[in-house]
Amino acid sequence: MQTLINYLHYPFVQYAVIVGLLTALCSSLLGVTLVLKRFSFIGDGLSHVAFGAMAIAGVMNISKNMLIVLPVTVISAILLLKTGQNTKIKGDAVIAMISVGALAIGYLLMHISSDSTNISGDVCSTLFGSTSMLTLKPAEVWVCVILSVFVMGIFLLFYHKIFSVTFDENFANATGIHAERYNLLIAVITALVIVLAMNLVGSLLISALIIFPALSAMRIFSSFRSVVICSAVISVFCAGIGMIVSILFSTPVGSTIVAVNILIFFLFSVFSWIGFKKN
Amino acid sequence: MKTQIICENAALGYENKIVVQDLHFMVNEGDYLCVLGENGSGKSTLMKALLGLKPQISGKIIFGEDVGKNQIGYLPQQTPIQRDFPASVQEIVQSGCLNRCGFRPFYNREEKQLAVEMMKKLDIFQFAKKCYRDLSGGQQQRVLLARALCAAQKMLLLDEPVTGLDPKATNELYSLIAELNQKDKITIIMVSHDLRAAVQYADHILHIGGKQLFFGEKDAYLRSRIGKAFLEVSGEGE
Repeated sequence: MQTLINYLHYPFVQYAVIVGLLTALCSSLLGVTLVLKRFSFIGDGLSHVAFGAMAIAGVMNISKNMLIVLPVTVISAILLLKTGQNTKIKGDAVIAMISVGALAIGYLLMHISSDSTNISGDVCSTLFGSTSMLTLKPAEVWVCVILSVFVMGIFLLFYHKIFSVTFDENFANATGIHAERYNLLIAVITALVIVLAMNLVGSLLISALIIFPALSAMRIFSSFRSVVICSAVISVFCAGIGMIVSILFSTPVGSTIVAVNILIFFLFSVFSWIGFKKN
Repeated sequence: MKTQIICENAALGYENKIVVQDLHFMVNEGDYLCVLGENGSGKSTLMKALLGLKPQISGKIIFGEDVGKNQIGYLPQQTPIQRDFPASVQEIVQSGCLNRCGFRPFYNREEKQLAVEMMKKLDIFQFAKKCYRDLSGGQQQRVLLARALCAAQKMLLLDEPVTGLDPKATNELYSLIAELNQKDKITIIMVSHDLRAAVQYADHILHIGGKQLFFGEKDAYLRSRIGKAFLEVSGEGE
């Protein structure tokens, strides 16, 4: 306990905790919609695209790699959702293709051009987000805070519309809610959240942050609002516990958080299995 | 009696491929119109046009004052996503009020009240807090019907409303729809290939198959050549 308090006095630990909790909150809000719309894999695909973009930024020696990663990810998100519905290659195949493609190209580029002696270390930290969490600068923390407030604001403002579009696109269209536009909006926020979350858990584990809290909440709760709230609580809780554990036992942050999420998922599954349901 | 929809020589389809043409029909307030046709006959294209989701290629579709764009209550077919969707009945019915909200992010008291009224009307108020996925097929259809009524109270457009329901729930849903039509004077347009129900409940029939094959009152349809032929094929003829 004492070690923990000692650690929390360091500003870089405080930054990490702030960024971690906010990211967890944002990703869980979005996760409910993505899981219900059968878009769970889009997070995975986009995170790999973000990895590829990061590699390109590295090759081009651009220090502010956000400037490349963010637009590229947002554009891919829009393309994925646009083309997913009505093309020769079906949505899941497109996602799989883009996801592994970006991963391969990203690693290739890093390998060819990097002057760093520890390429596998670099790659590992981008994929699993091990160290970058603790090297955040105040500016980056602010960017993260602003982005998360933006994501949460959008979600709250369009909550009912997002519900309607998620539950029944046909009906939403028929009553004059432009489902297309909201799908676009969801895609853009997903991209934002993924870029945010890359710092926390790395690009391989982002999907876990998005889908696990939502799935756990759905085990027990059965109204949209309670699922959203519960998933947000679970996600923040897991991120908190995960970070504490990783500080105390110096385990990798990302995988520890995901491990706690998995644990909660099993716990909730057991609850639901023995018949504990809430409305 | 007010005319709510006039369709004049309309042709519908995708880009440059016409799916159904020569449509001439009109719908008056309080009508119960059943749109018949086989798969691929253009039923769903016609429905999209009526909902304002797809403009016609040529011709005209004119809407009356009280059923302007997005003023038709729509009962779509269920999608696989909905079967395990965690949402309470109340949330779903309320979402029918969204077109009244405009840019306002939340429902006001009036809209919440409307949702409650519609739930009571369709006898699902006792399930308001229950989860949609735990309801029976017939109850789920009533939830979606209540949502459609929240969106519009003059006209309902039903897309194969009894698909997947057992005979008892089917009959209950049909009589509920008939009651809405007779008691509340809600215009019903039902797309269906259930000829038995069409003959029993509807007062007008529109039969399409690439073009308009018949439009008129039910009795005239039963006497017409196409009507007799269709009845025979469906095994419903006497």
